[in-house]
Amino acid sequence: MNFKKIYALGLRHLYLISNSFPRILDLIYWPTVQIFLWGFISKFFTLNSDYYSNTVGIILTAAILYDFLFRASISFNMMFLEEIWSRNFTNLFIAPIKISEIITSLTLTAILRTLIGLIPAVILAVPLFGVSVFKLGAPLLFLLIALYLFGISLGLLVTSGLLRFGPSFENIAWASLFFLAPLGCIYYPIEILPDVLQIIAKCLPLVHIFEEMRSILMTGEVNNIDIIRSISLSIIYFIFGVIIFYVSYFGAKNRGTLINMGE
Amino acid sequence: MFIQVKNLSKKFNDTIAVNNINLNIEKNKTLGLLGPNGCGKTTTIGMLLGLIRPSEGEIIIDGKNLNEYSRDEILVRINFASPYIELPKKLTVQQNLEVYGRLYGIKNLEERIEEISEDLDIKNFFKKKTGELSSGQKNRVSLAKSLINKPEILLLDEPTASLDPDIGDFIRSYIQDYQSKNHVTILLASHNMSEVERLCDSIIMMKKGKIIDKGTCEQIIKKHGRNDLEQTFLKLARGKDEL
Repeated sequence: MNFKKIYALGLRHLYLISNSFPRILDLIYWPTVQIFLWGFISKFFTLNSDYYSNTVGIILTAAILYDFLFRASISFNMMFLEEIWSRNFTNLFIAPIKISEIITSLTLTAILRTLIGLIPAVILAVPLFGVSVFKLGAPLLFLLIALYLFGISLGLLVTSGLLRFGPSFENIAWASLFFLAPLGCIYYPIEILPDVLQIIAKCLPLVHIFEEMRSILMTGEVNNIDIIRSISLSIIYFIFGVIIFYVSYFGAKNRGTLINMGE
Repeated sequence: MFIQVKNLSKKFNDTIAVNNINLNIEKNKTLGLLGPNGCGKTTTIGMLLGLIRPSEGEIIIDGKNLNEYSRDEILVRINFASPYIELPKKLTVQQNLEVYGRLYGIKNLEERIEEISEDLDIKNFFKKKTGELSSGQKNRVSLAKSLINKPEILLLDEPTASLDPDIGDFIRSYIQDYQSKNHVTILLASHNMSEVERLCDSIIMMKKGKIIDKGTCEQIIKKHGRNDLEQTFLKLARGKDEL
C-alpha cells in the first residue's frame, strides 16, 4: 500500500468538494432535511405513543444512524460515479495505483464526505429536538464502525455493478439502500417482520445495530453480543464486497469496458 | 525491440476485434497505427495499457511479458492521451496536474508541473477549471498529464482530433521536439495522414482487426502506387485485405 497514492486520489475528491460551494451545500442539505422531518415525527410519536414515551428521540437517533449508513454508501458510489461522469475513468485506471489503493482511498475519503453531511445535522438535533446521538455512549463508536463498513460494502457492490454493466447501473446505486431498509428494522423491532423475513434480516448487520441502539436508549442496557455480531457481519460483507469488486474489475478487463467508459 | 506484440488477439463474444496481430516498436521510435473506425486500434491500445485482457498472444515490453509486471510497475513507465477521455472537469488545471503527478509518484512535482506548463503554454489558464477550457486548451492539458511522469512509452489516440490547424501544428511540433529530447517510444493512432507522415518512423495499417500492411510511409505509398498516404489509406480501407 502506497499511502501517498491513496492520499493523491483522496485529494482529487477533496478538491472537487472544496471547489464547489453548491456541492458542499448538497452534502449538508439532505441529512439536515432528514433530521427536521424525523425530528417532528419523533416528537409526535413521543407525545402520542406508549412505546416511545420513555425514550425521547429514538426515531431521530435511528434516522441519524441510518443516514450515516446511507451517506457512507452513497459517498463511495458518488466518488466512483464522478470518474465516469467526468470521463476520467480511463486516466484513473491507467495510473500506477493498485486496485487495493483505489478501494482504500475511496473508503477513507467517503468518511469525510459522510461527516461533512452529517455533523451539522447531528449538532442541529440537540437544540431543536433535545436529541443527541452521543447518549448512546461508547457503543456509538462501534455501531458507527459497523454501519460504515456495511455502507462501504454496499458501495463496493454497487461500484462492482458499474464496472460490470457500465453507467446504466447508476440507478441501482441510488436504489440499493432503499431496497435493504425494510429488512434493516431501522425504525421498528425485528418482531414486526414475518418469520421468514426475520431469518433474512438477522443476516444483515443493520438489525443488530438498530436493536442495540433501541436497547441502549430504552433500557440503558448494552448488549455486547449484538455489537460483536454487527461488526462481524459488516466485516464479512466488506470482504465479500472487495472480492466482488476484484471479480468485476477482472471481468471488465475481459470485456474491454475499462477503456472509454463514460456518459 | 522495446515493444513486441506477438500473435495478439481479442474476441468480444463472437466478434473478433483484434485478430492475431504482430508488431514491434524500436526504442525511441514512433509507430503509427492506422485504419478505419472499428478496425481494432483502440482495442490494441487498451491491451497495451493493460485495460483489456488479450484473448491470445503476448505483449513484451523491455524484454518482459506484460503479465509479469505488477500493475503499478509497468504503468509508471507508460502514459496515454486521447481526446475521448478527459480530466476531472471541476478541478483546475493545476489541481489535475498535481493529483496525477502524485499518483505517478513524481519527485519535485512543483518543478515538473512548472516545466511542463511552460513547455505546453498552459500557465495562463492554470487556475481555470478544466471543464471551462477550449478544445485546444484541454488537449494541451491532457498532453501535459500524459507527459507528467516522463513516460518511456507514450500512447496517443488522435492527439489533434478536432483542433484547429494552428493548435494541431503546435501539438505535432511539440511531440516531435519532446521525442527528440526525451527519447520516448510512441504509438500513435491517428486519422490525420499528414500528422502520421510527419511524426511516424513506420506505420501499420489495420482493417477488421488484422494488420493489412506495414512499413515506412514512403514504402507503403510506393507499394500501392499512390501519391500520398491519404490516397493509400483510402485504397487499403476500401479495397481487399492484403499484406
